[in-house]
Amino acid sequence: MLQIRDLCSGYRDITVLRDINLEIEEGETLALVGSNGAGKTTLLMSISGHISPNSGKIILNGTDLASKGPDKRCFLGVGLVPEGRRVFPDLTVFENLVVGGYSRPNKMQAENITRVMDVFPRLSDRQKQLAGSLSGGEQQMLAFGRAMMSNPSLMLVDELSLGLMPSVVDECYEALGKLVKKGIAVILVDQNSDAAMGFCSNSLILETGHQHWYGKSSSAPKVSI
Amino acid sequence: MTYEIVVLTNMAIAVLFALSLNVITGFCGQVSLGHAAFLGIGAYTSAMLSKAGVPMVITFIPAMGTAALIGLIVGVASLRVRHDFLAITTMGVVFLFTGIVRKQELLGGEIGIAGIPAPDFGRIGLLVTSLLCVLAYLLFTIWIRRSWTGFAFDSISEDEDTATLLGINVPKFKLFAFIVGTSGAGLAGALYAHQVRFIGPDSFGFVESISVLAMVIVGGIGSIWGVILSAAFLSALPQFFQVIDDYKLLVYGLLLFGAMRFAPDGIDGLLRKVSRWRAVK
Repeated sequence: MLQIRDLCSGYRDITVLRDINLEIEEGETLALVGSNGAGKTTLLMSISGHISPNSGKIILNGTDLASKGPDKRCFLGVGLVPEGRRVFPDLTVFENLVVGGYSRPNKMQAENITRVMDVFPRLSDRQKQLAGSLSGGEQQMLAFGRAMMSNPSLMLVDELSLGLMPSVVDECYEALGKLVKKGIAVILVDQNSDAAMGFCSNSLILETGHQHWYGKSSSAPKVSI
Repeated sequence: MTYEIVVLTNMAIAVLFALSLNVITGFCGQVSLGHAAFLGIGAYTSAMLSKAGVPMVITFIPAMGTAALIGLIVGVASLRVRHDFLAITTMGVVFLFTGIVRKQELLGGEIGIAGIPAPDFGRIGLLVTSLLCVLAYLLFTIWIRRSWTGFAFDSISEDEDTATLLGINVPKFKLFAFIVGTSGAGLAGALYAHQVRFIGPDSFGFVESISVLAMVIVGGIGSIWGVILSAAFLSALPQFFQVIDDYKLLVYGLLLFGAMRFAPDGIDGLLRKVSRWRAVK
């Protein structure tokens, strides 16, 4: 479904990622592991189109994403759960979800909201509540739900457990598991690399922008971050 | 009776002008300190065409079109700047506009354009036309507010970066806000030119830009009904109390300060607080 070939990417003249190669199929999960500054978020931003790669190819379902902006990539099936959740605090839960469905026709809105509520029933009671008044875990669920509104085939999750209580983190992983069961492929970044590698079938270990190791999580070398 | 009609027409034009800024600053969160320039562009376009013999109502279309076109250019130029930098850029537009108009003999230079033809249907006709324009623009802004575009504007206004991360085409919506807002100002300008029948560069300066911003802030940024109330009230006040007209800048400055310090959500926010308080009691 997603193929990345010899990707080099970064910010203006600064190259952060070098020669990244990976492949992910429908319903598969990939943990991006590495220390701070390794290039995990840069890789997610390159896939979602917020950073233009210097070279290499990103192909989603046979479409080369090179000339596609973030909105087109969202339409093609790339959903993003950004670091720190970044819900719109002064908009209600319902409004946050509607904004997430930007790339899909209005007639799909009700159906998509129902789908989100099935996965995150806790949000259904809070539809009229301001997102800023939700707990951290609920905001993370809202961020997942908002990304789901665009019917993604690939979901990019940046720092899933950042600032969350361990029990809430478990709930978030459980929710992520539900999405994977629905056939959504997930690329996950989490500060807790053991949890991320435990959840994901595959892992990619980054070291200062280089692909250090890529393969089945079960056979991954011990990582010390 | 004529006096009341003039006051009501002025109020309608002010409401239209304030609603147009509300789309850019209120809905989409893009601070504009140069909105009077677009009022001026509409006024000058309409006045010149009217003097050339084009019927007033027909001049509305080129007045809106010219203002929207310049608004689009300013919007494109402003895409890379935000917050205070955007405010300064838009402020530059109003100085640029008055500076150009002052030096153009074709536009009447410092003296301005006098003898703009009176509307064929008289003062009452102009009032009715102004009210119809306000109604049409009001309905359009309500539609925007309730449509998907309104949600996109909300997200951009709240957090532009996150909106981009969600795949929202932020530049497209910002430009749309600029086009809708500046075309509304152009329409208000066309009405204004036929209301006063004399326009000069001083009528569209920085002070006017701040005055309309005060109307939006006092009404409640983004609130349609709050802005209507505030614009109607603030535009009518100097007509009844000459002293306010003499100290207009002082009064508007105090209102701006008072609103930002004590009621950042403006009249709309205050009314909501009162209704919540009454519901609790």
